[in-house]
Amino acid sequence: MSNAPVDTGRRRFLTAATAVVGGAGAAAVAVPFIKSWNPSAKAKAAGAPVEVNISKVEPGQLIRVEWRGKPVWVVRRTQEILDGLPAIDGQLRDPDSVEPQQPAYAQNTVRSIKAEFFIAVGLCTHLGCSPTYLPDTFGEQVEGVASGFFCPCHGSKFDMAGRVFQGVPAPLNLVIPPHQYLDDSTVLIGVDKGAA
Amino acid sequence: MVKNIVSWIDERIPMTATYNRHVGQYATPSNFNFWYFFGSLAMLVLVNQLLTGIWLTMNYVPTAEGAFASIEYIMRDVEYGWLLRYMHSTGASAFFVVIYLHMFRGLIYGSYQKPRELLWLFGMLIFLVLMAEAFMGYLLPWGQMSYWGAQVIISLFGAIPVIGDDLTLWIRGDFVVSGATLNRFFALHVIALPLVLVVLVFLHLIALHEVGSNNPDGIEIKKNKDENGWPKDGIPFHPYYTVKDIMGVAGFLIVFCYVLFFMPEGGGYFLEKPNFEAANPMKTPEHIAPVWYFTPFYAILRAIPDKLMGVIGMGLAIGVLFILPWLDRCNVKSIRYRSLTHKLNISQFAVSFLVLGYLGAVPATPALTIAARIFTITYFGFFLFLWIYSKNEKTKPVPERLTH
Repeated sequence: MSNAPVDTGRRRFLTAATAVVGGAGAAAVAVPFIKSWNPSAKAKAAGAPVEVNISKVEPGQLIRVEWRGKPVWVVRRTQEILDGLPAIDGQLRDPDSVEPQQPAYAQNTVRSIKAEFFIAVGLCTHLGCSPTYLPDTFGEQVEGVASGFFCPCHGSKFDMAGRVFQGVPAPLNLVIPPHQYLDDSTVLIGVDKGAA
Repeated sequence: MVKNIVSWIDERIPMTATYNRHVGQYATPSNFNFWYFFGSLAMLVLVNQLLTGIWLTMNYVPTAEGAFASIEYIMRDVEYGWLLRYMHSTGASAFFVVIYLHMFRGLIYGSYQKPRELLWLFGMLIFLVLMAEAFMGYLLPWGQMSYWGAQVIISLFGAIPVIGDDLTLWIRGDFVVSGATLNRFFALHVIALPLVLVVLVFLHLIALHEVGSNNPDGIEIKKNKDENGWPKDGIPFHPYYTVKDIMGVAGFLIVFCYVLFFMPEGGGYFLEKPNFEAANPMKTPEHIAPVWYFTPFYAILRAIPDKLMGVIGMGLAIGVLFILPWLDRCNVKSIRYRSLTHKLNISQFAVSFLVLGYLGAVPATPALTIAARIFTITYFGFFLFLWIYSKNEKTKPVPERLTH
């Protein structure tokens, strides 16, 4: 055993350097464990766009289609409903759709490309329940408004353009997915002209 | 012969010493009442959950396609599968009954106070892990309530600014709750969290045996020792409290077995009715509510009309319990010798908790939402008042020795 004096500075440096390298190694090893929780390639591929035939949707009717595992609604709105939309602006959080909950082409008073067809992701912006479509009885929730969407989980309310009412837990309007019309009776949900 | 084997082992591992330290010669206050059953009962339920859980995994299929059917398979086709499953599902509710009573015991007798702060913190961590464990377990049957309950709870993380959306995506592993979510929850529920739970229970017990048990008088028996260093008010854990705890187990099993055999669904509170329908991502059930043991916190979430604040409020309702040892500045532990103010405050807290539990289980109406807001305030008020009056609280004289 050598009796050379102990160089404590050198010892401290080596200890610290070993700790830092070891720590960096541990952090690097954490990456695959954390990343493996992200959606897999398969889950991402399942997000492919879906084609919907809308020619048979009756006025006032709602149909559901599945896109990325989420319910997407297609509602055919009557002229009466469309005329009633501006009247309730005062009761809404974001009547002019300022928040980026829709593509630019749906940032208008009716929140759609064609006023007649309202297309939205049917998940509440509060905690992700699927609101119930109340075509006739929405008046029980908001006086004077005949139809709308009511979330059974925490009572959030949306009008027929998916705009959220004030005084409910949901903070934002319903999401309008990217979509485009392939012809008069077919709509493609999931991609729009910008991306196609 | 036996003696030789024991000494052979003792020379290699401290078996007898450990037994004496934690059981045979662990000095326990001699005045434990029925409130002291719930710690050992929690251990019993933990063993029940581990054992039945392992057996359930032998027939359960953790995929979105197979999960719901495999539960029905266990219920109908596996021999005694129904019993194992009901023991597990009833055990989950029993766990929370026992844990809530155990925590309330700590609350009234000041068992969280110095020097038992760390003991309380380990206990709170156990409570937290238990909630995660119960929540993830509830997704596994892949019924409607499993699915939408998970959707709502995972979305809570979406309220966090900036990273919220990416975080929920990362937790789910998909754009919505899906088979990927089910699979990872299964892994966490059966391996990761039980391991953490067992380690925490171990630490909880080690911390308890280091500082010694509190008691209904809230006085330290270690302060009064005889010439041999044995606390004058102490009795060995075995046989005195092992025998007493067996009495508790007998009483508990009568109630547990009644529920298990005559009302395993617990009136729709232990196993909720929509969960007998397979998960349907396109349709939310009419009324969704969490299982009863989460409803007090859920009521707080629902009472606050703002997404982020609601989530923060719910988190704080649990978080504030962690700092209880430092909020209570009184140096008298037991409710027996504390002021009327304290007695009333604990009473109103218990009532607030129960009422919130009720409100979280029923559909929200405007009047009930107002009620939930009031009781949310009184819930948090308990901690605020406690912090204020405990500094100069008018307490009764605490006896030197235990009273019986």
